[in-house]
Amino acid sequence: MEDKLVLGGREIDNRLLLGTGKFPSKAIIPEVIKRSGSQVVTMALRRVDFDSQQENVLNYIPKGCILLPNTSGARNAEEAVRIARIARAAGCGDWVKIEVITDNKYLLPDNYETITATEILAREGFVVLPYMSPDLMVAKRLQDAGAAAVMPLGAPIGSNRGLKTRELIRILIDEIEVPIIVDAGIGKPSEAAEAMEMGAAAVLVNTAIATAGDPVLMAEAFSLAVKAGRQAYLAGPGLTREYAEASSPLTGFLREVQEA
Amino acid sequence: MLVVVNGREERLPEDLSLMDFIQSKGLAPESFVFMLNDRVLKWDELNGIILQENDRLEILRFVGGG
Repeated sequence: MEDKLVLGGREIDNRLLLGTGKFPSKAIIPEVIKRSGSQVVTMALRRVDFDSQQENVLNYIPKGCILLPNTSGARNAEEAVRIARIARAAGCGDWVKIEVITDNKYLLPDNYETITATEILAREGFVVLPYMSPDLMVAKRLQDAGAAAVMPLGAPIGSNRGLKTRELIRILIDEIEVPIIVDAGIGKPSEAAEAMEMGAAAVLVNTAIATAGDPVLMAEAFSLAVKAGRQAYLAGPGLTREYAEASSPLTGFLREVQEA
Repeated sequence: MLVVVNGREERLPEDLSLMDFIQSKGLAPESFVFMLNDRVLKWDELNGIILQENDRLEILRFVGGG
């Protein structure tokens, strides 16, 4: 059965989006991408530091991947829009992950500035994927503004704490028509699988893979979990019940005396 | 002359080409994004540009990020 995620007019087979930060060595990124099967890969734009060794992460991302530059470092909509325009002019394509953050402790996104940036960039033809705190009204505004998907956080960035916002994400999945991509906080493959079982369209994972003991192996584990979770969602999980319901027939027991 | 490079003022010789400046920093142009006075430059433009007083130059790169 064909089960493709359509984002920005592109069909995507693999529902694990991958971030490229925090890897112990950039040299393993190509293998991580290969084993994860990820087709959408994020990166950030920064000023060059003339005092340290300079590498461009794009050199480690295989051709054919969809580049998803983020606007990290932006503190308001104006800065996010500027970063997105620079990334596009630099040849990164039309996709952008909007990330507007002023909270340095929990790195929670500014939903209001994110809406403004989404409105501007969607009008300019970007495929806009906004990172947001899960809130139904904000998600509706982002959808109306032209977001290609909405990306609620499961827990604070880099925390590996899992789906702490489970109930709010469930509501977004229920009420929002554009794909819901759980971004941030997912720490283990089981949590990615849970998000997918709930009906998330995809997950975006970075820290949990990059900081694993073996990032390449963890990338594959996440990929399998995302596929398993998606299949479970499509299969339709059975009902949960408070009391037991026998799996084996309750007739024809091999007892010595048949009860009347 | 004064040129603002990545937000910091630098005193540079007159008539310095952008390409010479890039090479003086030991940078391979193809790995970076160059923006002069808020306009992103194409790599084939770099050779023909002479830096001017009060130019604002940004030299950027893509780094790992989530």
